[in-house]
Amino acid sequence: MNINLALIPILPLIGFLILALFGSRLSKIAVACVGAGSVGLSAILTLFIGFSFIVYTPAGGIYKVNLWQWIQTGGFSASISFSLDALSLIFIFVITFVGFLIHLYSIEFMKDDEGFSRFFAYINLFVCSMLVLVLADNLLLMYLGWEGVGLCSYLLIGFWYRVPANGYAARKAFIITRIGDTAMIIGLFLLFVSFGTLNIGDIMQQAPARWVVGSPVALLAAALLLGGAIGKSAQIPLQSWLPDAMAGPSPVSALIHAATMVTAGVYLIARTHVLFALAPAIQTLVAIIGALTLLIAGFSALTQHDLKRVLAYSTISQIGYMFLALGVGAWSAAIFHFMVHAFFKALLFLAAGTVIVLLDEEHDMFKMGGLWKKLPVVFITFLIGSASLAALPLITAGFYSKDEILWFAWSANKGSTILWLAAIVGAFLTSLYTFRMIFLTFFGETKTEPTHQPGLFMTIPMVILAVLSVIAGFIELPESMGHVHLFSGLLKSVLPEVELTHGPNLEVLFQVLSAIISLLGIYIAYQLYFRKSKFAEVFNKSSISHFFYVGWGFDRVYDVLIVKPIVWLAEIDKNDYIDFLNKGIAQIALSINFLFSLTQNGKVRWYLIAFAIGIVFILTYLIYQ
Amino acid sequence: MNTIFYIAAFVALVSTALAISGRNAIHALLFLIVSLLSISVIFYILGAPFIAALEVIVYAGAIMVLFIFVIMMLNISLEKDMEHNWLKPQMWIVPTILAVILFFDFLYMLKTMKHQETIGQIIPPKEVGISLFTTYLLGVEIAAMLLLAGIIGAYHLGRQKKQVIHRFLVKKEYLPIEETEI
Amino acid sequence: MVTISMEIQILLAGTIFLMGLVGLLMRRNIIFMLMSIEIMLNSSGLVFIIAGAHWAQADGQVMFIFILAVAAAEVSVGLALILQMFHHFQTLDVDAMKTLKDINRES
Repeated sequence: MNINLALIPILPLIGFLILALFGSRLSKIAVACVGAGSVGLSAILTLFIGFSFIVYTPAGGIYKVNLWQWIQTGGFSASISFSLDALSLIFIFVITFVGFLIHLYSIEFMKDDEGFSRFFAYINLFVCSMLVLVLADNLLLMYLGWEGVGLCSYLLIGFWYRVPANGYAARKAFIITRIGDTAMIIGLFLLFVSFGTLNIGDIMQQAPARWVVGSPVALLAAALLLGGAIGKSAQIPLQSWLPDAMAGPSPVSALIHAATMVTAGVYLIARTHVLFALAPAIQTLVAIIGALTLLIAGFSALTQHDLKRVLAYSTISQIGYMFLALGVGAWSAAIFHFMVHAFFKALLFLAAGTVIVLLDEEHDMFKMGGLWKKLPVVFITFLIGSASLAALPLITAGFYSKDEILWFAWSANKGSTILWLAAIVGAFLTSLYTFRMIFLTFFGETKTEPTHQPGLFMTIPMVILAVLSVIAGFIELPESMGHVHLFSGLLKSVLPEVELTHGPNLEVLFQVLSAIISLLGIYIAYQLYFRKSKFAEVFNKSSISHFFYVGWGFDRVYDVLIVKPIVWLAEIDKNDYIDFLNKGIAQIALSINFLFSLTQNGKVRWYLIAFAIGIVFILTYLIYQ
Repeated sequence: MNTIFYIAAFVALVSTALAISGRNAIHALLFLIVSLLSISVIFYILGAPFIAALEVIVYAGAIMVLFIFVIMMLNISLEKDMEHNWLKPQMWIVPTILAVILFFDFLYMLKTMKHQETIGQIIPPKEVGISLFTTYLLGVEIAAMLLLAGIIGAYHLGRQKKQVIHRFLVKKEYLPIEETEI
Repeated sequence: MVTISMEIQILLAGTIFLMGLVGLLMRRNIIFMLMSIEIMLNSSGLVFIIAGAHWAQADGQVMFIFILAVAAAEVSVGLALILQMFHHFQTLDVDAMKTLKDINRES
């Protein structure tokens, strides 16, 4: 059993190695088999392990496998060991399953691309890193996975490297997440200094005993870990890399920037929830960041032209919801929303990719239209995904997860009305921009004709994800609708229950409210964009719209505050004055050598005069002693 | 006796000066021979007759003759113009300054010495011979080996491989031989 | 019997030595340089004779004989070398013979 757990991340790693070393020599079919097959095998193993975990719950609720001792020095030891508990189980289920579906999709999506084997190698490496991240037993191994997904994100965003803009986008993503990573590693240092170990279980056990609630060191550690999380999860203020990361292929956007990597921050906070419970101010900060982000991203998504950018801002916004849930202490609600979001967001990205590639790389929504007749399967799956995103009441999974978050935002101990208001406005915006997207893309007159119909490999993953977007919600029904608690029951061993101040009686009211809001959003979108009202056109040209369009000016601020001064400094240092200190010594030595070599010009009389002068000096010195 | 010493000293100095500043190599060598002869006189005055004879025979007679033979063999009278260019007045400055400094050092050193007088007793060759072949026998043997090495070295280094190049192909740098001024 | 103070004698020898030194430093012709070396050797031999005469021993003269032997060997080898150099460089200018210079200079 335990070796199976280790095989889950190792199989994609083996796939990566095979493809990296021999990929260019294998045929496309072989590459696809190795690439998708390794993740598929991991998915099967996950099913087995999940099954045995749920049915035969082990002692302590954790499976462990220790591979080898990685570092053993001084007071620090870290080992390559994986531990599986309920939280990790959810994550590896999502990662391997959605990953496998995306691999199938990309077999057809990338089939004409010359970097076919390179793509699968990178994606396999990514899946391996992400699995290591969530299965890691200690924070150092998690950081290894963290860096690995950052690397793969860079490689995959800039996959079509011949276009320079893709390279810039990849660099931007890497640099911005690097800022977060730096905060995280400092946080790891702080944790090590405080606890002497980086083992997650040990830290979670010792932290309440060692640190007082609200003590400065706890606040600092939690703040630093939060810094890492917001970098990876694209929250304010480190969110501006995600829209630009849409330069990568659509499967990449689906896997990395919707389902898995950007949720690494959510995983981190959920995993170290004890620390955040010890630092209430930081936990409130998490909620505030989540609320702000979902609003800002929601407004930005309202004005975008590019289909994938809408989805990118939507991702940022939805992760804001997860952060909001984490911030108010609704840990399992956040994870539930993560799982559901992974399904429908991956579906949306895959469908968007299908639309884009079938319209011959047309990204602008305003140039699409009338596709509901021409691409029926894509339309239906896209519709189901959007409905889930907009939290259409009762029939979609998104409704149950988002509704739970809204309820907890108001009723939890750490929640407040303001947070709830922000969340509900966000929900309105979500359904508004989602259906704006649908009406612009699929309805109206056809401006660009699709070239052909999607094949089987692209359609089947989308259908499966669509089904999941609907039924995945039914495993966690609220009190008023049958009180099914499969999901939170599973997570109860890992994450604490949320503390409520208000009883569940008011929950129905909130559910009705959120249902009304989402339907209202759909209706208004219909009026504005299906009927093509004047207001939409006026709004499109206004300056507020432009402000939202550029992501509330974050990029501009960063450019002026940070990028331009550094570039200015680099310009001054064009001749590398700092390095001159190092080169200078060598230069001085060479110059002195040059000077001295003047004395060795091969002329005998020079040497003789040197003799004579030397004799003169020595003699005069000796005589006048 | 003293006056002869001073005269000989004066001649030595003047002829040496002329030797090192001469333009013509043969003339310089002849001045040098004069200098060596006057030093030989000084040796005789100082009571070393054997050495005086040896100086004339070996130094002035063999070494200088060797010089003259080599100069004649090299055919360098055509380099008179080069000597003009080479011996500009400003070439004198630095060596002279150095020499003057050393000279004053020398004077200073002599000033601080105790005043001593030389007797100048004649030391016959017999004594020299006895000293050579008893006390300094090893030195004699070594000097003999040195001379052997000199002979072999000179023989080997002086050899020239015969290069047969047609005379039209030889790069001629020689100026035609012109009259040397006497 | 001469009574000449030793300072004068040594001064004479030193002056001749310095003149030889000046000649060595000043001249560009190899023959003259070798000649100046001979002058210097000769003057140092003179110093030995002076010392031997001062102490009334034969050692000074013995030393001079050795110096003489050295000078003879050196002149013969030196002149042979000069012949070779002349055949190689076709000139007696000692400044033309600077192939043993620092490689990096290339001047």
